[in-house]
Amino acid sequence: MGMKKKYWQRRHLMELFMKTIMRISLVVVAASLGLILWTVVMRGLPAMNWDMVTQVPKGGFYMGKEGGVLNAIIGSLYLALGGTLLAMLFSLPIALYLKTYLGASKWGHYVRLSLDVLWGIPSIVYGAFGFTIMISIGMRASLLAGIIVLALVELPIMVRAMDEVIRRMPTDLEQAALALGSTKFEVAMQVVTRQMLPGIMTAILLAFGRGIGDAASVLFTAGYTDRIPTSLLRPTASLPLAVFFQLGSPFPEVQQRGYASALILTVIVLAVSLGSRWLSSRLNKYTVK
Amino acid sequence: MNDTHPVPPEINEKIEGRSPRPSIAPRARQDQRARRVFFIITLLPVFLILAVTIALLVRAWPILQAYPLGDLLFGQVWKPSDKLFGFGPFILGTLWVTVVGVLLSVPPCLLASIYLAEYAHSATRSFTKPVLDLLAAIPPVVYGVWGLLAIVPFVEKVLAPFAKRWLGSVSIFSVNQPTGFSILSGGIVLAVMIAPLIISVVYEIFATVPNDLRHASLAVGATQWQTIRNIVLPQVTPGIIAAIVLGASRAFGETIAVLIVVGNVPQIPTSIFDSAYPLPALIANNYGDMMSIPLYDSALLGAALVLLVIILIFNILSTLVLQRMLRRKWA
Repeated sequence: MGMKKKYWQRRHLMELFMKTIMRISLVVVAASLGLILWTVVMRGLPAMNWDMVTQVPKGGFYMGKEGGVLNAIIGSLYLALGGTLLAMLFSLPIALYLKTYLGASKWGHYVRLSLDVLWGIPSIVYGAFGFTIMISIGMRASLLAGIIVLALVELPIMVRAMDEVIRRMPTDLEQAALALGSTKFEVAMQVVTRQMLPGIMTAILLAFGRGIGDAASVLFTAGYTDRIPTSLLRPTASLPLAVFFQLGSPFPEVQQRGYASALILTVIVLAVSLGSRWLSSRLNKYTVK
Repeated sequence: MNDTHPVPPEINEKIEGRSPRPSIAPRARQDQRARRVFFIITLLPVFLILAVTIALLVRAWPILQAYPLGDLLFGQVWKPSDKLFGFGPFILGTLWVTVVGVLLSVPPCLLASIYLAEYAHSATRSFTKPVLDLLAAIPPVVYGVWGLLAIVPFVEKVLAPFAKRWLGSVSIFSVNQPTGFSILSGGIVLAVMIAPLIISVVYEIFATVPNDLRHASLAVGATQWQTIRNIVLPQVTPGIIAAIVLGASRAFGETIAVLIVVGNVPQIPTSIFDSAYPLPALIANNYGDMMSIPLYDSALLGAALVLLVIILIFNILSTLVLQRMLRRKWA
């Protein structure tokens, strides 16, 4: 009897202990987000001013003189917008093909496997790959090259996210349309795409957010310049690289502007992330439940 | 009826004698064309993996021809001007940072995801989801800034003196250099970076275990932790290992965030307080000015190839396991 009681107590203590350290772990993970944001805001705000977001670098900017990182902000927006549009052009057909034509077949399995593998390839490898291709066709670092490489980085993220939502769509709607005589293409374009619009938007914004923050892939391919690009064939600055280069500066003023640039980048990325939540809840009103 | 049918019978009759095949109604033809285009686009991911591998292999070929593979992978000296291309210090640097990052990340991530999957109220879950999403959305370079401003000083002023005082006799904790730019700093930053990935994958794996099993165990009087420990965990172990491998491969290829905090000294590390020079940082730092020295660019792309091959192996194995486990949910 005594033995039994002791055992009862031990396992309940264990339950309490595990539950406590699990809660602590969750708090630690959540707190790390707070710590990161706090650090970036506290160190970025002091160097933040109106010039940072409205001016391009002036002479002596990299020694602490006047100017801002508008070139990098615009450059990053161009890069990420272009990359996202290009990736979308390919992702949507792939996701629809996976759903309407391949389904859970063996080929669907292979394509999903290859997407997962692509998703895991680090962006520095995409950057190096893009650069070797550029050299072999005699292309210089440019906005266009940066867009293409970013599209490669974004493609697997976008398709996986789209596939995740599209796969969960109930088959009733699809079958109803097919039963009315629609072709599979019509089902894909008019039923699946519309019904899954919120999910598709979320996937696109997710990939956009990933693209705008990626530094390693544009490091060799997009170049860096103090001007706002006027053509696809010109090099362009980007925010992640602006942060990176300013951090490496020996001048404290420039380093602090690096922190401010990191704050700008963080704000953009968080706005995109929160915006996609809001948008998907808005759009969800228009789908068949 | 007829005008929705792909091949209306009267069309068949009209074209008799002209073609042995019935003409196809325009909508069906559109469907076929779309199918063909979609199919070609869908082959793109498969093609892309091959293209990346082959392009890197072709460009790395000169260095693979010039030196035996063993000398490249295990060579200790990197001095391109003297034609010495040993990846040893860089591969070891990457391994150290990755292992430290994964070791720091896995225990809290596992516990947190078990809590989310098995204990948490739906309110806790719906609070945690956006937190993890935001954590995953923060760009690598911002993690680098955080590491530089918060983690490097923390390691330098708190952890290193602590280790010096209490753990000096253990060689992997010995403090051999004065700054906080170290493997430990890189590991801490990586641990946070891979946390959202590991948590979300493990959470999904836990959701595949049928509730009946849990109910049966709870019904005979087991506590919740006993149920998890004895019933749920054995079911999901392969998935957890796969999630960890996936996180490790993500950490392995991370470039900018690690580069900023790890010190970039090409040496064989012996302690977590040493600086290291990971493979991705090598590529990122040197790729611009590689043209002057023969074989240099080939060597750097060789480094990229090594990175790619290791990550491909990690990724394919973990993805195969995860796909099998997650499919059980629908089966």
